[in-house]
Amino acid sequence: MTAAISVRNLRKVYPGTPDVVALADASIDIQDNEFFTLLGPSGCGKTTLLRMIAGFEHPTSGTLTMHGEDLSDLPPYKRPVNTVFQSYALFPHMTVAQNIGFGLEMLGKPKAEIKQTVDEMMELVKMTEMADRQTGQISGGQQQRVALARALAPRPRVLLLDEPLSALDFKLRKDMQLELKRLQMETGITFIFVTHDQEEALTMSDRIAVMSAGTIRQIGGPRDIYDHPAERFVADFIGDTNFVPAEVATHKGTDADVTLSSGKVVTARMPEGEQMQGKVTLAVRPEHANISTEAEGLLPGTLSEVVYFGTDTHYHVALDDGTGFVVRRQNRPDETSGFSTGDRIGVQFAPGVGQVLRD
Amino acid sequence: MAKRFDIQRMPGFKTIAAVTFVLLYMPIFLLVIYSFNAGTSIAIWEGFSWRWYVSAWDNQQVQDATVRSLIIAFWASAISTTLAVLAALATTRTPKFKGQSAVFAMINQPLMVPEIVTAVALLIFFAMIKVATGYTGLLYLIIAHTAFCIPFAYLPIRARLTGMDLALEQAAADLYAPPFRVFTRITLPQLWPGILAGAMLAFVISLDDVVITEFVKSAGQDTLPTYMLGQLRRVVTPEVNAISTVLLGISVTMVVAFTALSKLKT
Ligand SMILES: Nc1ncnc2c1ncn2[C@@H]1O[C@H](COP(=O)(O)OP(=O)(O)OP(=O)(O)O)[C@@H](O)[C@H]1O
Ligand SMILES: [Mg+2]
Repeated sequence: MTAAISVRNLRKVYPGTPDVVALADASIDIQDNEFFTLLGPSGCGKTTLLRMIAGFEHPTSGTLTMHGEDLSDLPPYKRPVNTVFQSYALFPHMTVAQNIGFGLEMLGKPKAEIKQTVDEMMELVKMTEMADRQTGQISGGQQQRVALARALAPRPRVLLLDEPLSALDFKLRKDMQLELKRLQMETGITFIFVTHDQEEALTMSDRIAVMSAGTIRQIGGPRDIYDHPAERFVADFIGDTNFVPAEVATHKGTDADVTLSSGKVVTARMPEGEQMQGKVTLAVRPEHANISTEAEGLLPGTLSEVVYFGTDTHYHVALDDGTGFVVRRQNRPDETSGFSTGDRIGVQFAPGVGQVLRD
Repeated sequence: MAKRFDIQRMPGFKTIAAVTFVLLYMPIFLLVIYSFNAGTSIAIWEGFSWRWYVSAWDNQQVQDATVRSLIIAFWASAISTTLAVLAALATTRTPKFKGQSAVFAMINQPLMVPEIVTAVALLIFFAMIKVATGYTGLLYLIIAHTAFCIPFAYLPIRARLTGMDLALEQAAADLYAPPFRVFTRITLPQLWPGILAGAMLAFVISLDDVVITEFVKSAGQDTLPTYMLGQLRRVVTPEVNAISTVLLGISVTMVVAFTALSKLKT
């Protein structure tokens, strides 16, 4: 099967003094019906990549194909791709219904069909009562839904969404996340979604591309990315992580036995296709570790701080090798750890939990 | 705490302000007052009357000059505004090109070159064409006015275009609108206050011009301002005041409308 969108060695340099490399080298294959997310810190090139797919920017080099067809020379108005802009970009001199119908009108659809589709779309985003409002007279959340309906109405093959939820308050954002996911599954349209909110990315996506400084660091499903970050940047950017120094002892496929600073050996996971030797860094999520007695633990240390958070408790441990480690445990009213500040303890984690990082 | 600097507290502030306002508005005020003078003097008040307005209205030469002024101002503002829209689009909606600021300077050339120089240049240039073609109609004046009206029409239109959100035009293109439809459906509806403002400014500027008109016009092609100038060289009557007052009324109306339009939100 050919990919819905295939990005090959795409590069974008904005000329200037000095030149700005907005996208250094990106390659992605996005499948049909996929909810694909571009995740990364501000300025890493997410918008640039999206704008090249939409056709607003020309790549400096590399290729861009859609279902095997080269997009390079296709102007934006000929690409079967629609965008939900970060600023919404609703037309201020048109009503809600006119905004939603604009794409169909430009495609030359008959009036009756436009009206029917617009009605359906307004139903879908629950804006039917607002059909004749000017876009300046509706709230931010409503504008966002109109922007979504407007982009969906022409039934594009691919929908691009540039941080569409960033302007919404927390509760509305949660609602819209579910709504977007539902829409995507109902319509079967490929979504390419941009965000710098890791939680949003993890809850909504089929697959995520983590970006940094114009390059793609890792592509995978939410669980892959969270449980098995391939490199330090990804582990650090998504969720909280402990970095543990270790040394590879033996290594077979993705299983590697590593020696920790305490001399104890544990099985960790090696990134696919990697053959790292010698000193490495392990990533261990706080909630994947536990505390135990000094003798039982893999890494000995002193409990320096216990912070209660309601749903869980954070145990800050000063390890004997000089590094720090945080363990997160879910709270239960019928259970306590039995340790308090100043106690000698051991940090424990199961085989296969530690992830060897590419540096 | 030290008092903030406040220019109103400087010595002589009030006096300077008062003198400035008197210098600016007193002559105009007197001009308007004396346009209603019953007598023939422009300096001795002899009672209120509409006499000079009626006299100007009945004056065939004033009528001709008025019609001529309006025709020229209409065409000059229409053509210069159209050109200004195109120029503004070219300087704001195309990727940066080499010499963009040179183009900007060239469009605004009439604001920088002394008017008398343009006037003499046009006089000579048009004289050559007149000799070659034999044509002596109003077209020369319309072309000349169009030329110096362009920057006045261009500036408010360009200001409006640069203030517009580019994402709107991109959103339209994203929704399958080819470039021309983007312009007619998205750009133009938001641009019209700027276009009207530019056209009105151009109209007033054209209506008001003396120097270039005086040099370019052929015999018997007086506009209102050049007619008035001609009158002042002979007998001065309050008729000139009356015409001036009407012109003032038109200009003030247009400038007020211009200001209102520039502030209009989309
Ligand atoms: N038109 C432009 N001219 C010059 N540099 C640009 C231009 N657009 C973007 N850049 C630069 O390219 C880099 C990537 O920008 P981009 O907008 O793609 O980032 P982003 O990942 O979308 O960030 P954010 O999360 O803040 O929206 C940034 O360093 C930015 O300053
Ligand atoms: Mg962005």
